[in-house]
Amino acid sequence: MSYIAASILFILSLSGLSQQETARRGNYFGMVGMAIAIIATVFSGNVTAYAILAAALLIGGSIGAFAAAKVEMTQMPELVALMHSLVGMAAVLVGYANFMDHTSTLIGAEKTIHELEIYIGVFIGAVTFSGSVIAFGKLCGKITGKPVLLPARHWFNLLMLVVTIILGNRFLAGAESGDALLPLLIMTGIALVFGIHMVMAIGGADMPVVVSMLNSYSGWAAAATGFMLSNDLLIVTGALVGSSGAILSYIMCRAMNRHFLSVIAGGFGSTGGGVAAEIEGEVQPIEAEETAQLLRDSKNIVIIPGYGMAVAQAQHTVNEITKLLTGQGKKVRFAIHPVAGRMPGHMNVLLAEAKVPYDIVFEMDEINEDFADTDVSIVIGANDIVNPSALDDPNSPIAGMPVLECWKSGTTIVLKRSMASGYAGVGNPLFVHENTRMLFGDANDRLQALLKALQG
Amino acid sequence: MKIGVPKEIHDGEKRVATTPEAAEKIIKLGFEVCVETGAGDAADISDDAYREVGVTIVDSARTLWQEADIVMKVRVPESHPELAIDEIELMKPGQHLISFIWPAQNEALMQQLAAKQATVLAMDSVPRMSRAQKMDALSSMANIAGYRAIVEAAQHFGRFFTGQITAAGKVPPAKVLVIGAGVAGLAAIGAAKSMGAIVRAFDTRPEVKEQIESMDAEFLMLDFQEDGSGSGGYAKTMSKEFIEAEMALFARQAMEVDIIVTTALIPGKPAPELITAGMVKSMKPGSVIVDLAAEQGGNCALTEKDQIVVKHDVTIIGYTNLPSRLANQSSQLYATNLRHLLTDLCPNKDGTLNVNMDDEVIRGATVIKEGKITWPPPPPKLTGSHKPLTEAPAMGPSKEKPKSALSQWLPILLAGGALFGMGAVAPASFLEHFTVFVLACFVGYQVIWNVSASLHTPLMSVTNAISGIIVIGALVQISVPDNQIVTVLSGLAILIAAINIAGGFLVTRRMLEMFRK
Repeated sequence: MSYIAASILFILSLSGLSQQETARRGNYFGMVGMAIAIIATVFSGNVTAYAILAAALLIGGSIGAFAAAKVEMTQMPELVALMHSLVGMAAVLVGYANFMDHTSTLIGAEKTIHELEIYIGVFIGAVTFSGSVIAFGKLCGKITGKPVLLPARHWFNLLMLVVTIILGNRFLAGAESGDALLPLLIMTGIALVFGIHMVMAIGGADMPVVVSMLNSYSGWAAAATGFMLSNDLLIVTGALVGSSGAILSYIMCRAMNRHFLSVIAGGFGSTGGGVAAEIEGEVQPIEAEETAQLLRDSKNIVIIPGYGMAVAQAQHTVNEITKLLTGQGKKVRFAIHPVAGRMPGHMNVLLAEAKVPYDIVFEMDEINEDFADTDVSIVIGANDIVNPSALDDPNSPIAGMPVLECWKSGTTIVLKRSMASGYAGVGNPLFVHENTRMLFGDANDRLQALLKALQG
Repeated sequence: MKIGVPKEIHDGEKRVATTPEAAEKIIKLGFEVCVETGAGDAADISDDAYREVGVTIVDSARTLWQEADIVMKVRVPESHPELAIDEIELMKPGQHLISFIWPAQNEALMQQLAAKQATVLAMDSVPRMSRAQKMDALSSMANIAGYRAIVEAAQHFGRFFTGQITAAGKVPPAKVLVIGAGVAGLAAIGAAKSMGAIVRAFDTRPEVKEQIESMDAEFLMLDFQEDGSGSGGYAKTMSKEFIEAEMALFARQAMEVDIIVTTALIPGKPAPELITAGMVKSMKPGSVIVDLAAEQGGNCALTEKDQIVVKHDVTIIGYTNLPSRLANQSSQLYATNLRHLLTDLCPNKDGTLNVNMDDEVIRGATVIKEGKITWPPPPPKLTGSHKPLTEAPAMGPSKEKPKSALSQWLPILLAGGALFGMGAVAPASFLEHFTVFVLACFVGYQVIWNVSASLHTPLMSVTNAISGIIVIGALVQISVPDNQIVTVLSGLAILIAAINIAGGFLVTRRMLEMFRK
């Protein structure tokens, strides 16, 4: 009964997130649901090892709480990826524990299905674990963001899949005789390699998709564990999380106009025909003082934050500037591209942290029409999401991806550290557009200077 | 191509559309330039000065209009007093004309020009944007008008502008009020300030406060909140309450100041009456009002267009040709504006005009192209070049959609089919769980689509926390008797899952606390 209550609370928790107003309540629903589920299980009568249990819960809980309190909002993608890997790890461990547990009394088809469930559960868990660890590494820059492509990588994947299936067969056969551990271990190894290989091949610009995809995997891992243990609550929750992640990945893919499978298959340029047009033209730099003057003379300003704002931790300065400009009667708005940053909704979180009111933060579709009436757009550390060649160069690797059309505004100020290309490795004609002025330097330094110039 | 500059024929018009300096550069663009004899006389530019830089002097207007491919003028074409023929009659078919046109006010003229198959660029229609500033003749002329307004005022004002303490006594500085701080207003502020006057200024648009203060003038605040900014940097009509408060302010100021310069204009409307007869009466004898809005009816009730009148001992100047009263200066600026426009029109420097309608600035300025009226232009920044860009990719996603929906469903269907096969041999208990699973997937699908994009990160961290539910799996296994390995594995799983649960929920709470309206 308590499991039903918990399931309902989880569903309410997710539906609560549909709006800002109910989101906090939704989170509390989730907490209550989790508490009910744990307490109900702990006191269900067949749990006796309270000492280990309490210690594990306490230690784990405090590590989690500590991490939650310490993490910088700019590092949310890393944290999320790390947590995915933990779910995957837990699924693997539970699978092994279940396998080792010989007290079950299943026979016949039920037993076979049970073994299969263990096998699949461990597989998904292991893929999630290693994939998330690699994603984490890529996000914090410890592993190169460029796609690492092995030759014949699709064949390699296929081979691994075939071996996994063969091993599965051996595992089922072995389960009867009792020496199934070896195939299971080998399969776990393969699954780990598979996860690593899959995420390594995906470029940094596709990170939002990967993170949400791993989110989905971690859900499926939980669901598989639920099947394994015949536990409906696990199945329901896993399915909820799994479909949530799947939908997020789909939304992200659509935002980049990329095919889901081609993101998973990894690497840019696999579909590209001819050669992308070379970018020619002269970059026109600008200084903070001139920018301030420009902003003073304008009425309608749109700010486009990108990953660069997160890296430079510039969100607070951005908010100060916004307040100042709004105080002078100017209309300041934010335009958020769905894949800005390294995970879904990354920019919204940063702006919220800096206390930018969320009613001036708009999504791409809401604001793209308005650039024609905008006097100044400020692009802070974004590149691919404002690249006009996505629209007008069919040979560009990002062709067809919807972008924020900031070049239609009177002037576009681009804050950038250097002329290096974005994560997608694509040149950007916006930077040499005649209405574009480049403000070079660390985003936070430059914005501080701009703020000072505006105040002075 | 040959550019012709005729002598201006409007009564009192002293400007000329090109100067030797500008002509020299235009010739470098590959054009030939000819000027009607005596065209620059009124602006103190002799025929010889033109000849020196390689301009041909033509002895009659008729020849000039005949020979030129492009005619550059200051004033709108009108009836020629000496030839008794309209300038439009002199035009040859297909000729280019660059001049002030005022297409909104001169509809009949537009029709006539179109009938001539002409291509007409109106200097008054150059869009107001930063790139086009170098050819914005309205601004350069307004600048001159503002300066000249102060010079005219000084001429009719009986005292110093600057304050002095001399052996012969103390002289108080003049107090100047400038109403409307556009280009002309700011120029007037600058001129008055540099002559030493105390300058105050008022504008309905609050954002110009800084500009006024940057000129070292005092911005008169109105204790009333309303933003008078219209589109394109111009002012708009204000509410009744605002106007009352504004009039009260002007009435107080009128009693105090010596000189009032009014520049208040709202595009396409008669000038608002800001200085009433009563206010004029209340001014000190010898005061001066310069009404730069005289052309549109004037900001002062007693203004007479093109006249200087003295009423209630106050001199009211209603000149509408102030730029022409500074003919050499305004010719220079106007000629430079024209030269910049030509440079944009002739990107290859080969002496031919390329009226590129994809260029926003050129598109805006072109009011008639080869006999077709192209005025008014589409709203700025939505020119032809961008439109195909926005439409082309719109095709992409719509084509992709059914495919990606299929690829999204296909694995699920396949998995469903596989599981169905399994279900055929599986016992009832498995089917039960499977039903729950599918239903849960469906519920998840319904719920997640409603999540707003800005909450995607909290959504992920909450689902992270919720997937910590895997702890249940470990919990039920930890107490298996006599199996140390299972206990250790489960213990580890609990530890890890607990990190997720606590971390996920708490970080979500932290994030959501930040989302405030």
